[in-house]
Amino acid sequence: MATTVTAEQVETVVADALAELGPDRELIKRDATFEELDVDSLDLAELSQVVEEKFGVRLKGDDIASIKTVGQAVDLIVSKAG
Amino acid sequence: MATRETCALVTGGSRGIGAAIARALAADGWPVAVNFRSGEAAAPAVVDEIVAAGGTAVPVAGDVSAPGAAEQLLAEAERQLAPIGALVNNAGVNADGLALQLEDDDWNRVIETNLSAAFRLTRQAVRGMIRRRHGRVVNIASVVGTTLTNPGQANYAASKAGLVAMTKAIAVEVARRGVTVNAVAPGFIATEMTAELTTGTLEAVPARRAGRPEEVAASVRFLASDEAAYITGATLVVDGGLSA
Repeated sequence: MATTVTAEQVETVVADALAELGPDRELIKRDATFEELDVDSLDLAELSQVVEEKFGVRLKGDDIASIKTVGQAVDLIVSKAG
Repeated sequence: MATRETCALVTGGSRGIGAAIARALAADGWPVAVNFRSGEAAAPAVVDEIVAAGGTAVPVAGDVSAPGAAEQLLAEAERQLAPIGALVNNAGVNADGLALQLEDDDWNRVIETNLSAAFRLTRQAVRGMIRRRHGRVVNIASVVGTTLTNPGQANYAASKAGLVAMTKAIAVEVARRGVTVNAVAPGFIATEMTAELTTGTLEAVPARRAGRPEEVAASVRFLASDEAAYITGATLVVDGGLSA
């Protein structure tokens, strides 16, 4: 997969995907927690499918359990894509 | 309707209960991908029967227990027909023998085909279903291992009990996405596999007869329908009262 994935690209994809799952677009900030956004484990499993399709990055169950905020998710995806 | 825009995949669909399920789903409007083991005769006759009756069906060859089979079978069904809207995990094997004499291979092969392959297919199929907010998974279990048991089937009973437990676990994970996961547990059904059953065996069945594959298929057709949207994590027993 491309090795030039930027944090901005990932943020956009993550925000778009999360917005489709329910939370208002304006609430999806880096420091927003998934709990605040009412994003649950199944939502994150769905998000990980989008991320895999777009960036070729596979998030495992352990990965998903470890991330609590939008920013943490973005950082993890960027680090795995690099 | 979602069921017209997606297809159904029936594993082990060339004979017996699987073929009856393929026919029933096709009669209900589902385009059906009929999986059969590559080692068997060419395309299963049930595909031609469905097409001749005005339905849509295609053969999808492959052993469900082979590495990578889940991805390959689902991709092939989707390539030929449509996204998977219903998955029927029907493929199953048995390798009977008293536990004292069961080889590791007999144990592993039955667990692998009946349980692990069903898990991998379900995991893969549900990925698309949760995105589409609609889906049906029906696992063909058995009364063996769930409501009663036979000597000589430790592997088979464990695999089918596992299938029922897996059905419930995945059902609760995906219920809020409009995806249902259920099991059907047949009793004695008249197929090639049970041709050697004696009338003495059937005396234990309150209905005093073996079930027909079509009677199992009708339950699957219902669970795959939109009408069954609120049924999930359930096991529907189709056994003529055997386990009542």
